[in-house]
Amino acid sequence: MTAERKRWLVVAVAIGGIVLIPAWLPEFYVTLFGYVGLATLVALGLVLLTGVSGQTSFGQASFVGLAAYATTLLTKLAHSPPIVGLAVGLAVTGTTAWLLGLVTARLSGHFLALVSVAWGISFYALFGTLPLLHGFNGIGDIPPLRIGPLFAESRRVNLGVIWGAVAIVMAMSASLLDSRMGRAIRTLNGARLIADSVGIDTARLSRAVFVIAALYAGIAGFLFAHFQRFISPTPFSLGASIDYLFMVIIGGVGSLWGAPVGAALVVVLRDQFNDWIPRITGRAGDFEALVFSVVVILLLQRAPEGLLPLLARLPRRHSPQGELTPDVVDAAPPLAEPANATAPGVELLALESISRNFGGLAANRDVSFAVHANEIVALIGPNGAGKTTLFNIVSGVLSPSAGHIRLFGAPADHLPSRRVAALGIARTFQHVKLLPDRSVLENIALGTHLSGRAGLLRAMLRLDRAEEAGLLAEARAQAVRVGFGETLDVPAGDLPLGQQRVVEVARALCLRPRLLLLDEPAAGLRLAEKQRLAALLRQLRAEGMGVLLVEHDMDFVMQLADRVVVMDFGQKIAEGPPERVQSDPAVQEAYLGGVA
Amino acid sequence: MDLFVFLALLQDGITTGAIYLLLAIGLLIVFSVTRVIFVPQGDLLAFGTLTAGALQSGQLPGTLWLLDAVSAMALVASLSGGRRVALRGVLIWGVYPLAVTAAALILAPRQMPAVSILLALAIVTPMGPLIWRFAFRPVADASVLALLIVAMALHFVLIGLGLVFFGPEEATAPALTDGSFDLGVVNVSGQSLAVLLCCATLVLGLRWFFGATIHGKVLRAAASDRLGARLVGIDAAASGALAFGLASFIAALAGVLIGAVTPLSYDAGFDIGLKGFVAAIMGGLISYPMAAGGALLVGVLESLGSFWASAYREVIVFTLLIPILVWLSLRSGSPEDRA
Amino acid sequence: MTAPLLQLDGLRTGYGHVEVLHGVSLSVSQGQMVAIVGPNGAGKTTLMGAVMGLLPRRGGAVRYLDRAAGTTEALVAAGATLVPERRALFTDMSVEDNLQLGFYPRRRAGGRDMDSTMREVFAIFPRLQERRRQFAATLSGGERQMLALGRALMSRPRLLLLDEPSLGLAPSLVREIFRVLVDMRRRGLSILLVEQNVRAALQIADYGYVLEMGVVVTEGPSADLARAPRILETYLGQRRRDGWE
Repeated sequence: MTAERKRWLVVAVAIGGIVLIPAWLPEFYVTLFGYVGLATLVALGLVLLTGVSGQTSFGQASFVGLAAYATTLLTKLAHSPPIVGLAVGLAVTGTTAWLLGLVTARLSGHFLALVSVAWGISFYALFGTLPLLHGFNGIGDIPPLRIGPLFAESRRVNLGVIWGAVAIVMAMSASLLDSRMGRAIRTLNGARLIADSVGIDTARLSRAVFVIAALYAGIAGFLFAHFQRFISPTPFSLGASIDYLFMVIIGGVGSLWGAPVGAALVVVLRDQFNDWIPRITGRAGDFEALVFSVVVILLLQRAPEGLLPLLARLPRRHSPQGELTPDVVDAAPPLAEPANATAPGVELLALESISRNFGGLAANRDVSFAVHANEIVALIGPNGAGKTTLFNIVSGVLSPSAGHIRLFGAPADHLPSRRVAALGIARTFQHVKLLPDRSVLENIALGTHLSGRAGLLRAMLRLDRAEEAGLLAEARAQAVRVGFGETLDVPAGDLPLGQQRVVEVARALCLRPRLLLLDEPAAGLRLAEKQRLAALLRQLRAEGMGVLLVEHDMDFVMQLADRVVVMDFGQKIAEGPPERVQSDPAVQEAYLGGVA
Repeated sequence: MDLFVFLALLQDGITTGAIYLLLAIGLLIVFSVTRVIFVPQGDLLAFGTLTAGALQSGQLPGTLWLLDAVSAMALVASLSGGRRVALRGVLIWGVYPLAVTAAALILAPRQMPAVSILLALAIVTPMGPLIWRFAFRPVADASVLALLIVAMALHFVLIGLGLVFFGPEEATAPALTDGSFDLGVVNVSGQSLAVLLCCATLVLGLRWFFGATIHGKVLRAAASDRLGARLVGIDAAASGALAFGLASFIAALAGVLIGAVTPLSYDAGFDIGLKGFVAAIMGGLISYPMAAGGALLVGVLESLGSFWASAYREVIVFTLLIPILVWLSLRSGSPEDRA
Repeated sequence: MTAPLLQLDGLRTGYGHVEVLHGVSLSVSQGQMVAIVGPNGAGKTTLMGAVMGLLPRRGGAVRYLDRAAGTTEALVAAGATLVPERRALFTDMSVEDNLQLGFYPRRRAGGRDMDSTMREVFAIFPRLQERRRQFAATLSGGERQMLALGRALMSRPRLLLLDEPSLGLAPSLVREIFRVLVDMRRRGLSILLVEQNVRAALQIADYGYVLEMGVVVTEGPSADLARAPRILETYLGQRRRDGWE
């Protein structure tokens, strides 16, 4: 059965389930399933926000509340139809999230968590105090949702709508993660260096994911109000937000299917404890939360990755969707060539008296040299000579303390990395930076980010398949070009170090760069692989690219480089053709070391 | 608002600020050594208040039995270690709880404030290392998020226990002093002074501990560089236990101090702990002086806010915090870099 | 013949799913200085980590004092210590505090001679004595290296492992550090060092191993090894013309 047919089957089963199950369920379970569905919606947002992009939020329940109160006020007091309530609810939630996101996008880790606690408490206090919202007395008699005149108003209809929403949101989230933007989102979680080096705007993207998560919570809030038909501030407290995080962590923080698993577990457990524990202990309201929390702690101690990886023994790695098979990908139209062809021999990079200090340590001192098109320049020197610092300055990761940089003839002293990448300068890293749990193909495809146009919405609606096929085709082409012979579907972290470096080179090439910065590309490669890499670099040089590489493998360098720049203790000590540099006594001294 | 009211509010704010500072210090110690955000510290503060209050009214607090029960677990666990470990286990988790229990049984009916306070400290302080041992050590190398979630869950465990042990009513701890005196325009309460004095003493004591004793230096080393600490034979588990022990002592002390001024219920500690966390964050999770400034700021903001619009007090404090935190974050970068 | 102080037999180790060392065997005898040289990426630092128990030993055996080597803590308590590549100093503590902490393993074993040991370390590194109250973060690169080495010496180890001691140091400082190492060896300390500075390392060591891509490709007494063409090839590529010596 092809992947296409499989997908239609899943859709059919889902629709069937959503229509039929609510009709047959016993009354009690309707409520329970409803809560699980609502919690799943919020949890799905958290999977994207916390699991994939690494932003911890203790304030999702506030967004649920905002939308719930919005639709309540509109449908009950203003007698608007629910669809207006939904629209306004989402608008309010989305705008609030966007404003908060402006403020919090650059926050890291604990600051962000704390700020989310702060707004969680603020909103909860607000819900409880504003007279319009009736405080803790709550607002009741909220009209339920109705699907046309055919169905009698009932909670079962609402239940069907809830799970329909869950199915849609889950499908959209899965599509998002399986796209160019999905790849970009994954780099937000501790891999910002990669993101910057391929031109991703991390601040904007973080904000966007934050808003999406809030919108999911808003949908849940809207549905909650019309399902329960009574709201008060209690379900929107900090405790509820913490519960949502429990669900995501317990289910498996990075996986979408973990959301319903975690939601079901938490909702059912709480419900069961509320039922059984008072019967056992004779006291209601005292022990349920306690026992539940102990269970959570024990679960986390046994399975810190969450239950889903344990239960399903799923590998945590995912490959791109099956339908992008090699023949489909190869048949995709090739990407357009970049418009900026380079004139031969033109200056690509010029460093003038670059210095960089870290406190009292002078990592680079007064370094000057240039790289031109059709040229390979090698930067050599003992460990600690300042080569990687120089690379970081050129690629925008660091700013120079003094001196000037020219890129393609224009001044570029303090450009951030992603602007440098957008100009056509690609780099690899001394300590390889890949997403170890993602496939090789996905990692390489990160380099195609700037070639794509499809945004978050198109990705979620699967309108980007053609472009995606093109991007993946490009990635495959670059993989072939660097001579990567292994299968592209293995997790990148499983490869030996040398192969990982080759993957990084392929990713860099996807940017269609004019200048390539390679930091120790040959380290860990076998002889045949080194020769292939050298051949590739010669080919790129002939095509007009400029290459600046740091290397310790002298064989590799001497055969390949047009010019060699030697650094020691942060300063340039020699520059010239390989033979001349090789026999320079100062260089020999620096490299082999002095007499003890 | 006239000067008199302002000064009274200021005194209030500084007093609570001192409490927040104590909690911030405890949080910083634990975080720097173990990377754990010790959210339940506030709940231990409430335990301190309520335990002292119960003892003062002649009853045996549930926290005493909790200590006995979990100490027994620790004792059993330590028996499977080597002989040295087992011996230490018997002393710390066997003899000590027995002694404290006996003291409580004998002395509680006397209802003496000093005894109640000391016993409360003796009961609540060991809970820190026990929490470390059973809740956090098994996941010590997990992600920061997982540690945070465990901390949150633990908070619910503690308030659950608090509700069972002490009920939902508020209680106070015995005051160290009931007196007050006039200093110019303002009436300075003796307890406020006691709070400030204890805070200062503790800060000085900790400075001496970290600066001059080998155990303090070992803890600093464990916080400073994990690899270096391992290479000089520092036991990470023991360092963690000591860090948590210090934090729980601080929490218990803070509970006893503030509990004489403000009645607290079983769940009131979280809010206080949260503000201590805010103060710690203001120091970027590394700087004690900046945390002190933050603590005072939060205390005073809260005090003034409660005067002006007490219903919205929480909203004001936490909303005002957001821009402050953002500004700090942009300035200092990620605190995780250090840990 | 007594067993070597440290013995590796077919050691395998790595990170995650990647194996970096594919069966390394070497030994350090009592009172010997052994050097491991090799290009970047060869696995030298990984080797140190695996010996000291910082990385999992996935295959083969490591024996110290003729017993299977245990955890880092156990090795430190038994007199083996490491000066890692990144020094791992307690940068927010003073020089004196760092040294005091270096004595900690001995203190736990009952040693009481901290003051005299510190005096000896100061005698070896007078510059540290000048700066004894300064924070480690304010020291220069060379002084940090001295402090790292001094801290390791405070525990009076039997076996000292050094990862790239000359890293980032000016030649004069390298000379000084290496002189200290030779002196220590004369006093009975066994040393295993990983070095990038081949010439200097082989000049002070008794025996050497060349590590490339996770395996030992050649070994021998350091005098022989220093002249071996393999070394020159490994480091500077094929000769283009005569005149390396």
